[in-house]
Amino acid sequence: MSLLKAENITVSFEGTRIIEKVSLSLEEGETVSLLGVSGGGKTTLFNVLSGLYTPDEGRVYLDGEDITDKAGKISYMLQRDLLLPHKKVKDNVALPLIIRGINKKEARQKAEGYLEEFGLGDTGDKYPHQLSGGMRQRAAFLRTYLASDKVALLDEPFSALDNITKSAIHSWFLSVMSEIRLSALFVTHDIDEAVLLSDRIYLLTGKPGRITDEIIIDLPGEKKDRNPMSSEFIAYKKDIIEKIGVI
Amino acid sequence: MTKKYQSIINKAAPVISLTVIGLLWLTVSEGGLIPGYMLPSPVEVVKAFVNEIPILAEHSVVTLQEALYGLLLGTALGFVFAVLMDRFDFLYKALYPILVISQTIPTIAIAPVLVLWMGFSMAPKITLVVITTFFPITVSLLDGFKGVSEEEINLLRSMGAGKLKIFRHIKLPAAAEQFFSGLKVSASYAVVGAVISEWLGGFEGLGVYMTRVKKAYAFDKMFAVIILISAVSLLLMGAVALLKWLSMPHKRKRNN
Repeated sequence: MSLLKAENITVSFEGTRIIEKVSLSLEEGETVSLLGVSGGGKTTLFNVLSGLYTPDEGRVYLDGEDITDKAGKISYMLQRDLLLPHKKVKDNVALPLIIRGINKKEARQKAEGYLEEFGLGDTGDKYPHQLSGGMRQRAAFLRTYLASDKVALLDEPFSALDNITKSAIHSWFLSVMSEIRLSALFVTHDIDEAVLLSDRIYLLTGKPGRITDEIIIDLPGEKKDRNPMSSEFIAYKKDIIEKIGVI
Repeated sequence: MTKKYQSIINKAAPVISLTVIGLLWLTVSEGGLIPGYMLPSPVEVVKAFVNEIPILAEHSVVTLQEALYGLLLGTALGFVFAVLMDRFDFLYKALYPILVISQTIPTIAIAPVLVLWMGFSMAPKITLVVITTFFPITVSLLDGFKGVSEEEINLLRSMGAGKLKIFRHIKLPAAAEQFFSGLKVSASYAVVGAVISEWLGGFEGLGVYMTRVKKAYAFDKMFAVIILISAVSLLLMGAVALLKWLSMPHKRKRNN
């Protein structure tokens, strides 16, 4: 049984159909990307999966339990880090625990225990504005993980970063992911990023958005060893570009 | 170096302008350009102030009490209004125009009516201060609440937060900055509001003192009390700034 399963999700907004009959699944420990052009309904789909929007049709299941329309079951990370400026990093990270009702002291202790592992060593007592863009995204990712250590929806989490920071954060992401065994569904419009980080890629194309293809990335070695300049890597990119039918 | 120089200039600018105005005032009044009964010299004003300190202190206590009680009640009322209007859209639509209209009614016109209803006690004065102070609080808080993005609200919803937790963790802190701006305005209104209400009926307070010295054409005392009222307002605004500094540590660090 898949960890996360979405069946025939259809959403319309003001008479316009945004996504149609989208079905997908996510297995434990997998990183799966949802790749498509901007405005293709990826964010709408995420809002449904996270329980923020009710779909016109379709259901979402987590571990077999129907979680359609139920927020708070799987975590969500956005392009903007949305760290609260008035809270210290450790309190920002601990926020999902506090919202769940865990007392502040305990939540803070738990959050602090993860800072080192997520490469946020001495930032706990700092305020978000004192951190670089890359560090802020790391903190946002840790907050996402503490919101749910099962499934995280990552909506273009690194797309606002410059290329150099992005490359560094990709390595960081892969190393953290290999430690924590989190399952992640990753929205991106960056083909390189999708091939680099994913086990599988869903292509979401057309209007309304439909899943038109599923690509399994089967490159030798570990993900951190993937080389974007290798011929296999480039072959995957070519295949995806042809299938998306843009450019 | 230039930055330091710039900072010194910035700090010195208001001191220089105030000194220039003071000197100008001293020159025209002491030099006889404007007769003393029209504009008393600063020296006379200072003398009047020093002589009247015991009386002014007594009256100040009353005015400050009215201003502070009014400000506290006005802030509490403004807060409740803002929270309810933010929570219930119907209330926002129904009350906002009334709030705006209420602010166009001159304070000086309401004051006698309040005296008529409530007598010459402290109650009508406090009520007037409440009326003048709650509006900036409501408007600033509402702006702050509405400034929270849908993304931020969705993030908290995705964590399973309900309306109360969203309010507590995002809306309230996000509105803090605007709230303090509103409170600063309200603090300055509070003292002036109390003084105006005292003009129109009462036995003690800086406004009562002001009407007395005005009727006696004692303009040196009049100027002394005006300066005192300004000073009290500035002190209250300073207290608000201190409160902001204490309650928003993340802003404090940013300034450093």
